[in-house]
Amino acid sequence: MNMEQIKKDFPILENRKITYLDSGATTQKPVQVIKAVEEFYEKYNANPHRGAYSLSIDATELYENTRTKIAKFINAKQDQEIIFSKNATESLNLIAYSYGMDNLKKDDEIVLSIMEHHSNLVPWQKVTKKTKSKLNYMYINENYEISDEEIESKITDQTKIVGITHISNVLGTINNIKKIIKYAHKKGAIVIVDASQSIPHRKIDVQDLDVDFLVFSGHKMLAPLGVGVLYGKKKLLNKMSPFLMGGDMIEYVYEQDATFAPLPNKFEAGTQNVEGVIGLGAAIDYIENIGYNKIQEIETQLTSYAKEELSKLDYLTLYMTPNKENHSSVISFNIKGIHPHDVASILDSEGIYIRSRKSLRTTTYEIFRNRLYL
Amino acid sequence: MNDLTDVYNELIMEHSMNSYNKKKLEKADYEEKGHNPNCGDEITLELKLDGNVIGDMAFLGHGCAISQASTSIMIDTLKGKTIEEAKEIIKTFIEMIKRETKNEEDLKKLEDAIAFKNVSNMPARVKCALLAWHTMEDILNKK
Repeated sequence: MNMEQIKKDFPILENRKITYLDSGATTQKPVQVIKAVEEFYEKYNANPHRGAYSLSIDATELYENTRTKIAKFINAKQDQEIIFSKNATESLNLIAYSYGMDNLKKDDEIVLSIMEHHSNLVPWQKVTKKTKSKLNYMYINENYEISDEEIESKITDQTKIVGITHISNVLGTINNIKKIIKYAHKKGAIVIVDASQSIPHRKIDVQDLDVDFLVFSGHKMLAPLGVGVLYGKKKLLNKMSPFLMGGDMIEYVYEQDATFAPLPNKFEAGTQNVEGVIGLGAAIDYIENIGYNKIQEIETQLTSYAKEELSKLDYLTLYMTPNKENHSSVISFNIKGIHPHDVASILDSEGIYIRSRKSLRTTTYEIFRNRLYL
Repeated sequence: MNDLTDVYNELIMEHSMNSYNKKKLEKADYEEKGHNPNCGDEITLELKLDGNVIGDMAFLGHGCAISQASTSIMIDTLKGKTIEEAKEIIKTFIEMIKRETKNEEDLKKLEDAIAFKNVSNMPARVKCALLAWHTMEDILNKK
């Protein structure tokens, strides 16, 4: 399978005649995912877990089979360690409220990297304010990486939670999450990995990483908008109280009290985004069909080409680590003397879509290059 | 999108790259900061009144070409106007950018600021063009 063939799977690229380089914001969807959602509504639409009739049972089966598929995809030990959410943001809020609020005490520390997305930062500000714990940051060095010394000086015996993005959506830096997890565990902290940016690019194995919580959004990995995943170790999830209350997450309800359903339903209150879940299943099939080896091969090829060509422009500054093995397919750059928003508007007029924003206290552009869309 | 030169026209480019209005006033009566948190554009407007008339204005700050030029051209337009006239011009400018008016007679009041008319075709840039005008509106409403 080559790039041209892959490109044909994305109807929007043909319909709009665009060069889409903002997959870091959301990926475009292949026809296989779009069809899976359509098929669900044409043949299976019912509320899972609700009806005793065969249609609802079919819908339940499709929904739960996707849970199994995701568990296999990231090598979770058990299906019930997979919780469906709205997106990575909701998954992170769930951890912040149901784990952070209940487990942190005064003077405990939360350590985040300075390259975290707001979704893995702002909820923790709320937790530290409420519990009087502290928020500390691991900063980047001149190579836009977090050094071993930084990891070892910031994660201390007081650290209870470490939050780290696998691949930075701003710099493309691939963090050494395995090392961070190992070191944090040595210090008695749990680790939350934000895999939103990495999951369509790199094979994730939660058991091999020994990660405590891992989150990602479906829409950044070719699936529909509005569906996300929380992976958590069963022993942690079991001890946590529910996040959202409502239907389908209860066991018995009395006038003044209620008992809650076991995992995973405990964390899935209300009717879920079933079409999103089905679409996410199709997206995983699509990624596995191409294969991570092929994905990385195309990605490396595209990234080195972009880097080589962009380096020729003397009015352009690139922000990326020189260590190739630590860099993914996000390329941030500035054009001397021109504000990022003006650049984005100018490229827009050529049908090229990039992301422009201020981040990490410097004004950087992010070109989100994704191996599938060039 | 329209032809880019409709937006990045000569007047806007001139004001964004080298504005004579970008300075600090000796003695300002009012100072107000304007900020677009999503993109980081930031301006500080200074205003000096002669009775009921806008005597002098200046700004400092940084941001994209549209936000900076819009601030500078707004200053040119509003200087020497009464507060009531200024409020009316600001209202018309906001309506033009939001496509709420196309009344040619009204738009004439905007003088050079009419150069931003085509920003109304670029929804992503509307807030850049409006930053200074909303900030000025705040000053005049607080007064």
